[in-house]
Amino acid sequence: MNRMRGRLRALRALTLALLLMLGARLWQVQVVDGPRYVAAATETRTRDVVMPAVRGQILDSAGRPLVRNRTALVVSVDRTALAKMADGGKAVMARLGAVLGRDPADLARRIRPCGPTVSKPCWAGSPHQPVPVDGDVGTREALQILERQERFPGIVTSVQAVREHPGRSAGVQALGYLQPVTKEELERREGFKAEFSGVDVSGRDGLESVYDRALRGTPGRKRVQVDRLGRVLGTEQQVAPVPGDTLITSIDAKVQAVTEKAIAEAMEAAPQADGAAGVVLDARSGRVVAIASAPSYDPEVWTGGIEEDDYRRLLSEKAGKPLVSRAIKGEFAPGSTFKMSSVAAMLRAGYPIDGRYNCPGSFMVGGRSFNNFRGRALGVLSLHTALVKSCDTIFYRAAFEQYTRDGGRKPKGRPKEIMANTARAFGFGRPTGIDLPGESPGRIPDRAWKKETWIATKEENCKRARTGYPEVAKTDAGRAAFLKALARDNCQEGDQLRPGDAANFSIGQGDVLVTPIQLAAAYAALVTDGRLRSPRVGWKLVRPDGTTVKEIKVPVTGKLPISAAERAYIKRALSQVAADGTAAGAFLGFPMKKVKVGGKTGTAEVWGKADTSWFASFAPVDDPRFVVVAMVSQGGMGSEAAAPAVRKIYEGIYGFTPEGKNARAALPGWAPAAAPPVIGPDGTVTRPVKAARGKVR
Amino acid sequence: MIRLTRFSRRFRSPGLAGASSPIWRMDGPLAVAVTALALIGTLLIWSSTRTWAPGSTGLLKKHLLNLGIGAGLAVAAAAVDHRALRAYSPLVYGAAALGLVLVITPVGSEVNGAHSWIMLGGGFALQPSEFAKLGLVLALAMLLAQPAAGGDRPRGLDVAIALGVAALTMGLVMAQPDFGTTMVLGVITAGALILSGIRKRWVVGLAVAVAAGGAAVWFLDVLEPYQVARFTAFVNPSTDPRGVGYNSTQSMNAVGSGQLFGKGLFGGGQTMGRFVPEQHTDFVFTVAGEEFGFLGSVTVVALLGVVLLRGLRIARLCENRFGMLVAGTIVCWLGFQVLINVGMTIGVMPITGLPLPFVSYGGTATFANMIAVGILQAIHMHEHRF
Repeated sequence: MNRMRGRLRALRALTLALLLMLGARLWQVQVVDGPRYVAAATETRTRDVVMPAVRGQILDSAGRPLVRNRTALVVSVDRTALAKMADGGKAVMARLGAVLGRDPADLARRIRPCGPTVSKPCWAGSPHQPVPVDGDVGTREALQILERQERFPGIVTSVQAVREHPGRSAGVQALGYLQPVTKEELERREGFKAEFSGVDVSGRDGLESVYDRALRGTPGRKRVQVDRLGRVLGTEQQVAPVPGDTLITSIDAKVQAVTEKAIAEAMEAAPQADGAAGVVLDARSGRVVAIASAPSYDPEVWTGGIEEDDYRRLLSEKAGKPLVSRAIKGEFAPGSTFKMSSVAAMLRAGYPIDGRYNCPGSFMVGGRSFNNFRGRALGVLSLHTALVKSCDTIFYRAAFEQYTRDGGRKPKGRPKEIMANTARAFGFGRPTGIDLPGESPGRIPDRAWKKETWIATKEENCKRARTGYPEVAKTDAGRAAFLKALARDNCQEGDQLRPGDAANFSIGQGDVLVTPIQLAAAYAALVTDGRLRSPRVGWKLVRPDGTTVKEIKVPVTGKLPISAAERAYIKRALSQVAADGTAAGAFLGFPMKKVKVGGKTGTAEVWGKADTSWFASFAPVDDPRFVVVAMVSQGGMGSEAAAPAVRKIYEGIYGFTPEGKNARAALPGWAPAAAPPVIGPDGTVTRPVKAARGKVR
Repeated sequence: MIRLTRFSRRFRSPGLAGASSPIWRMDGPLAVAVTALALIGTLLIWSSTRTWAPGSTGLLKKHLLNLGIGAGLAVAAAAVDHRALRAYSPLVYGAAALGLVLVITPVGSEVNGAHSWIMLGGGFALQPSEFAKLGLVLALAMLLAQPAAGGDRPRGLDVAIALGVAALTMGLVMAQPDFGTTMVLGVITAGALILSGIRKRWVVGLAVAVAAGGAAVWFLDVLEPYQVARFTAFVNPSTDPRGVGYNSTQSMNAVGSGQLFGKGLFGGGQTMGRFVPEQHTDFVFTVAGEEFGFLGSVTVVALLGVVLLRGLRIARLCENRFGMLVAGTIVCWLGFQVLINVGMTIGVMPITGLPLPFVSYGGTATFANMIAVGILQAIHMHEHRF
């Protein structure tokens, strides 16, 4: 018995030791290492759910929505659920296809994950995320799925906010669109970001892109507690989303609509026209009142994920690339609208402002004859009349004289290049810096540009100078010979600015290219205070409760290199164009007594195509409030396509019928909005006090 | 607790708790500790199973029923004179062995990969291997308490018979297969042998034999991948969907995240999310760890310590070899399960499917444990009868 008691004592010692060991280990795990396990447990126990922020609206200068949100029913497919089915979900997809009226094979393509060998349509998002297959389902279709969920396992219907454009296609290129965010874009975003789900959207193109950060808001985060099967048990923590800011623009929806309609009609009227643009600027402030590009498209195509065919169509040449904003991306030779720059250059070069200049029917430059329009001689003219009647030969001569003064083909020292440099001072040859993405810089073909281009194209040109163009010769022997001669020319002396280049430049022909927005900005500077401004579409960012986040200023980017008197001289000349100059026909019957419109027509020749039609204008001439530029690619003469479009825009702004009678004005104050609308805390919009009309007149 | 005894003697009341009632002679701390553990266990089981369905109380009611039956069995066991118990020992052992044979026949049912159950219908089932522990305790005590050759320590023949009896039970449990219970049976056997006072060289010899046997099994299993897989299934009987370390990681996360004070009853996120598998049975301690924190879990360990130490005290105070051996072996059994069960949730013991005595959910285990406590009380009361 004593031996047994001894062994029991040993067992007691062992038991106590082991109990103490367990206690010590519990202390270590729970108290010492506790925080580490808390973190690990939180990670397994919770899931972060992103609550998307409501994207901010885009308003016009009167507070009317240009882009707003509406809810849409989205149908998504849970691929994991389908994979678990015996037939891989084929039956469910077939039923879904029948309900949505879509080809099940197309639906299947949409949900497969993108990969190196799998291109769109495919799913680029997280493999665990249900894949949206239809972003805008009718209530009836959604109910069909919701009510018989047992027939649609793995099919999820949810409500999502989508963008809506009350103005339909109006200004779509400037407004931009939304697309699912890419992984790279998401990684660039600062602050809190969720795991890439493929559901977040990002602004592409236009204002949606430029002001994406502000419009997007900050997504909220809900930390939900889940069980081991991922079922949500409850909310542990919640950070509410911060809605995106509202972007107030200087666009006026009514003027925008008028502009869209005017350029669309201009395109219809010109049989060969393949594109058009219209820009309305607040002449004093440099803010954009309307910016339109034709052909346009219905932005609804983006809602719920774009179909592949639709996307191709938007980019296709045949459909006229409706995605491209010609107002800021279209580069065209400006034709005579460019002459205000040439006149300014002449004045800078010392040509007397009150001088008399001969305008013969043609002028010989470098052994070639450069003609006036239709070869007509206009006699001895002042610069004023040269602009009004659009004489070319005066500018040829001036350009050639300056070219010669600079040293001709082989200049000595640093050439002054007064024509090109003046054009640059007007803002040509570089982007205006407007708050829209993808703006084109245009082109000022000066001596440096000539040299660069020659270096870049030398090899090809010299090869073609030897081999010619046999493939072209098969169909058009004459063109092939011309191209071969051109190639030889360019190969041998392509680095030299030829006298013909200088002459062409002076009348906005040849290699010079401008965008409609550049021309508008240049005219605004010319007819107001001589300051060149970088146009702005965005005016003010406000929180949904109306408090100001930021007012977007219009930066002054330069000053015209001519005096106020010289500007006034040119403006005076241009003021006569619509009344009794080249655009007089287009403005016949326009009530010039009420609002006098000034401007300059442009007809730019494009090799192998119809002329580019331009009209750059301003009104009222005494104290310009608006600059309106219209461009119709392949539209013919400036007075035939662009000027009538501009007239329609003014009729809309001021409220005139084509007969000159009074009608309802898009801007009853006859002036652009003086201040952005005020958004109340409850979201109501108050327009600022209207400018007194009498004063404007 | 002596005080309590004195107090109770002084304030005897007539009737059921009258002067002659055995209730006043039982070991108070043991009864209190077991009751406390059963109550804590009830809360833990409630907390871990109420999330099975919304608005349900989970296994709460069933567990209370089990505890009620268990309490009845404990009282009944306590009422049995331990000399009579000794007479019943072959019977208990035989019944347990029959049960073990039955489970491996088609009568038995398989749960979680082990053929360990006899379904009784109505949602009730019996696990004969739990009774086998009890049967083996009694059988070994009977065999080893009175050596065949007389004297005060068992000789070779006694040890051989004891080992044979143990091997039969262990073999039947192994066939289920139930690795955890087999180990408990091994510990019971080793405990009974050592406590019975066998020579130290026998102890050393048996230890070497066990080690060699274990090594041989491991070695063979390494050779045979199929065996390794089965061994893994033994060690880790619960479904293991996310890799071998899942159970261990999840239970450590639950216990560790309880920190000092715990998250409060029903406040454990890991428990609510049911991340720890088998949380109402084998991993019930993780609920205590998470919801009651270090203070709660250490209390549970302390209460279990009270049970074990009171059991050892009862053994030490017992004046006959049988009672002493039964009590001591019961402590080995329960102590081993406590060590393994608590240890595996905090990463100091391998994951093994063993319930925590008095705390885990499980009818048969509760019954067997309660009967064991009843037997301890019977031994205690017998010693205080004079």
